[in-house]
Amino acid sequence: MESLFINLSQAFTAWLMSLGLSAGWADALLLAVQWTCIVAIVTLNITILIWLERRVSSFFQERLGPNRVGPLGCFQTVADALKLLTKEDIVPSAADKLIFKTAPALFIIVAVMLYAVIPMGDGMQVVDLNVGLFYFISIGSLSTICLFMAGWGSNNKWSLMGALRAVAQMITYEIPLAFSLLGIVMITGSLRLSEIVEAQSGVWFIILQPVAFLVYFIAATAELNRGPFDMPEAEQELTGGAYTEYTGMRWALFFLAEYTNLVAVSALMSTVFLGGWQGPWLPSWIWIIIKTYLVMMVFFWVKWTFPRIRMDQLMSFSWKFLIPVSLGNILFTGAGIYFCKWMGWC
Amino acid sequence: MSTAAANLQLQDAVFVMIAIVTTGAALGVVFLRNIVHNALCLVLTFLGVAAVYFQLNAGFIGLVQILVYAGAISVLIIFAIMLVMDKEINQTNLPIPSLGRRIAGVYITALLVITLVLAIYFTAWPLATGAGAPFDAVGMLAELMLGDYVIAFEAAAVLLLVAVVGAVILAKGVEKQ
Repeated sequence: MESLFINLSQAFTAWLMSLGLSAGWADALLLAVQWTCIVAIVTLNITILIWLERRVSSFFQERLGPNRVGPLGCFQTVADALKLLTKEDIVPSAADKLIFKTAPALFIIVAVMLYAVIPMGDGMQVVDLNVGLFYFISIGSLSTICLFMAGWGSNNKWSLMGALRAVAQMITYEIPLAFSLLGIVMITGSLRLSEIVEAQSGVWFIILQPVAFLVYFIAATAELNRGPFDMPEAEQELTGGAYTEYTGMRWALFFLAEYTNLVAVSALMSTVFLGGWQGPWLPSWIWIIIKTYLVMMVFFWVKWTFPRIRMDQLMSFSWKFLIPVSLGNILFTGAGIYFCKWMGWC
Repeated sequence: MSTAAANLQLQDAVFVMIAIVTTGAALGVVFLRNIVHNALCLVLTFLGVAAVYFQLNAGFIGLVQILVYAGAISVLIIFAIMLVMDKEINQTNLPIPSLGRRIAGVYITALLVITLVLAIYFTAWPLATGAGAPFDAVGMLAELMLGDYVIAFEAAAVLLLVAVVGAVILAKGVEKQ
């Protein structure tokens, strides 16, 4: 069970080579298959996630949630997805057509690109970059441009307001997001995600870096535009923010990308803070799924428990609290490492 | 054809594609009339430059390019555009500038082009002899920045700090005692 997928991919490469392909082409085809699998899993997983979030959120709010279509309402999202696929695609006549149309596609591309470096199990990574963690942060920062394109291209005041908020929020929360992970890089001495997982074979980094975990969690909530930091959409005040003018499948792509980002960030959090794919008894790829889902449940829990905060509170919270705290964490971690070396513990 | 030669040709093809996209986007920055389109083209240019870095095996620099330029600087530009935006964004870029400005523009551009061409022509471009990029580029960069060149690094940091303080004073004004 443990190396099921590795054996599968090796068998696939061997089969291609036996057909007379060169090693380079076989690898390229394997890469294409891996990406197709990622996209397929992401898309199918989202239907489960949306159903889960709707059910869980309704339990938080003492409602029942969708429970009519299929057992426990589990076919509700399938029905919704079919409805979205068949809806009319409306492009506002005053919109900036090219920008309006490309924004959702770019958003989902950026979201899927995040999965390239996440270790989904022992040795199960599409590419094991030596700057994997940094790749994740910098690719993640591109999604703001897509939100801006959506908001500006729609030519609607609510959309533009949402885009403005998304951009401001991103500038603010990018800094604690990156700084909180620096402590872990200092301890591991590497940006390679597989080495960060290896370094947690003894103690998980959530125990060594609890402050970093909290700062990253808060900053990631803001980067994902999830409640209580979902100002860029804010249905009640902005009627949907940057997504206001989108309909049908284009709107669904945004929704899809948001959940794709959520899964990617949760997977990164379980990789960096919760020991990644390491765990007893079960195969490694099941452990990462379990941990990712647990982190996601915490995201759901936070979203449906806390009310949305004000924009100025959001900004001052990051600049005046999160950034100093994450800088202090870096200082503390550095001092701790030197103390450890001085005492001869590591 | 040997595998190495085929690989080199593939590299060339990839480079040509990146170059076309980057140059095209850069031209868009200059020639498009809508300032938001300019900004978005600038993002594409930054991404193209990052792609060139990736092709040169300089992954870390490429990612810094994406994070700092495409992710942050361009967002700051967009932010500035939206803050000072007029009602009609199509009129943000002034229509046709006056004759004097056009002459000045052509003059400065010509000067810059001549300087660049001369610089490129007269520089000896030594080919790298070592095999490929170093294994641990991040560690080596860190040692250079925080070891050999730490004074210059810190001086740049102080310069940025001074700029930030200056910007805050300019924006908020000095409180009278």
